[in-house]
Amino acid sequence: MRREPPRTLADYLPLFFPAGMLTIFFVVPFGTMIAVSFFQRQQGGFYTPAFVYDNYARFLSAFFGGVLGFSLMLAITVALCCVVLALPFTYLLTRMSRRVQVVWLVALLSVLSLSEVIIGFAWSTLFSRTAGITNILVALGLMGEAKALTPSFAAVLTGMVYQAFPYTVLVLFPALVRLDPTLTEAARTLGASPLRAFFTVVVPALRNTITATLIMVFIFALGSYLLPQLLGRPQHWTLSVLITDQAIYQSNMPFAAAMAVFLVLVTLGLVALTVLAGRRGEAA
Amino acid sequence: MIINSIKRRTLLGAGLAGASVLAMPSVLRAQDRSLKVGVYGGYFKDSFDKNIFPEFTKASGIAIESVAEPTGEAWLVQLEQAARAGQAPADVSMMSQVAMLKGQATDLWTPIDMAKIKNGSNLIERFVNKYPDGRIAGIGAVSWYITLVTNTDSYKEAPTSWEAFWDPANADKLGLLALVSNSFLLEVTAKTFMGGTNALDTEEGILKAFEKLAEVKPNVRLWYRDEAQFEQALKSGEIPMGQYYHDVTGLAAADGHPVRSTFPKEGGIQDSGCWAVSRASQKVEEAHIFIDYMCQPAVQATLSRKVGTSPTVKRESTDLTDKEFAGVSSDIEPIVPRYDLYQTKSDWLNQKWTELIVG
Repeated sequence: MRREPPRTLADYLPLFFPAGMLTIFFVVPFGTMIAVSFFQRQQGGFYTPAFVYDNYARFLSAFFGGVLGFSLMLAITVALCCVVLALPFTYLLTRMSRRVQVVWLVALLSVLSLSEVIIGFAWSTLFSRTAGITNILVALGLMGEAKALTPSFAAVLTGMVYQAFPYTVLVLFPALVRLDPTLTEAARTLGASPLRAFFTVVVPALRNTITATLIMVFIFALGSYLLPQLLGRPQHWTLSVLITDQAIYQSNMPFAAAMAVFLVLVTLGLVALTVLAGRRGEAA
Repeated sequence: MIINSIKRRTLLGAGLAGASVLAMPSVLRAQDRSLKVGVYGGYFKDSFDKNIFPEFTKASGIAIESVAEPTGEAWLVQLEQAARAGQAPADVSMMSQVAMLKGQATDLWTPIDMAKIKNGSNLIERFVNKYPDGRIAGIGAVSWYITLVTNTDSYKEAPTSWEAFWDPANADKLGLLALVSNSFLLEVTAKTFMGGTNALDTEEGILKAFEKLAEVKPNVRLWYRDEAQFEQALKSGEIPMGQYYHDVTGLAAADGHPVRSTFPKEGGIQDSGCWAVSRASQKVEEAHIFIDYMCQPAVQATLSRKVGTSPTVKRESTDLTDKEFAGVSSDIEPIVPRYDLYQTKSDWLNQKWTELIVG
């Protein structure tokens, strides 16, 4: 099939719909948020339209820098864990029979139907002292007495990886299914072990997919605000938690908007860096 | 293919049009007299739906559509945003005192005409919320206490003082409210260690209270925003001590859960909710009838018995027995929150508080 460049206005017509949707559901709300981030906060009230930098100035402190740093670190860790777990899992899954694949995919999709609240409460019960998994370890004689595993960083990380894992698999799946099996077969014929073939053939062939997946999970994890609250201590609260506090509980929309804009900018910057690094790697 | 996609778009368009019709309740509003009333979701709302609203409809002919509202300021933000667009998600809402003051700053509340509130004379003066210029912003709906709660399996003896929060023996055992403006822990600290809430008059005093409060941090397992999270943990003994609502704890204990609520010797924290009318509401007349109905001593007594709240009308006017009254209140002088601080210094307090618990 030969692709022809669009010539007439009618050829561009299919573009208008997504463009319109993007404008209505992304450009306009984001624009509003940027505008609000420069508004004047009325303490004990709401805000008045103005153009002030106060909201950004308040954010630029060691305290919020620390929270931002933690949020980014948490999102990156979640992305890495998810990809490290999901890549071999999905690879093995694509090698299985159609039937098994369908069962696994349906199971993963059903995890997606769980809300963050349910996931959070379920894990906090599993990690609790009174009803948690440590009780099983005690019953098996592996532990002296039951103890609480939450709130802790490990609990937050587990909850978030659990939540993002199905997405990771679903993003990796199409690419791995399409991966030409003759590539690994060639590697095997040339004497590579299955493990070696996976790392020297499959992983490099999927480099772009892996990068894209990392970015997707990273951004997904960055927005999480419920799990850090349910499973973590205050020092594990992400910037999203503080944004919610400001917007919902302090009715400080301008400051919340400024924090959100800052978070989006930092995220876009990191994504751009990753893509750029990826391109450079490809060119080399 | 093309035909298919057009069909889908038409469908989407129709869906959008349908959604926007639903988003404009004015179009669908029935002609009958009705009133949308916001009360805290969960047990509170269920109890009002069961015990209070049907009786009101019977007495007045006004149908009540109850709206579940989130605690305090989250609802305030929604009401304010909606009022800016001329919408009222609820005509009358039950609002906390801090939310009342913040709403006053933007004239969110329609002033109440006391001439139409015949039963207003029963009210205790401090439960009438006034604008600085004397207009009435809200009328006391119910009042409640935040007390020291414990799991009876973990603590055989009830603690007697808020000092228990500072006791090193309670490391990693407390559940406390996560916001400065709803936990009122600064007031608790001032009353317990600094001779009274007047100690918070100056910034130095507040900083000193923060310093003292920082000592509690190692004992705190959970800073909760969501009540259900703590209630569950308290019942199971996972988090055996903390601050919680006296009414709900009493109900849980009545249901057989191993929990108890104690008024410490420094007093419980007394907070209250006002009925307030959004300025975007078109049903001011009905709202007055509703508020007047709710100020009747008999209705207040029903609330105490069924919901476990403390009356906002004078106790003598109700028929509550000593025992019933003791169940919802206490003779110990309560800790009354410094609501003024949460208006004049809200951002500063919030920043210091966040740094305290997150840092």
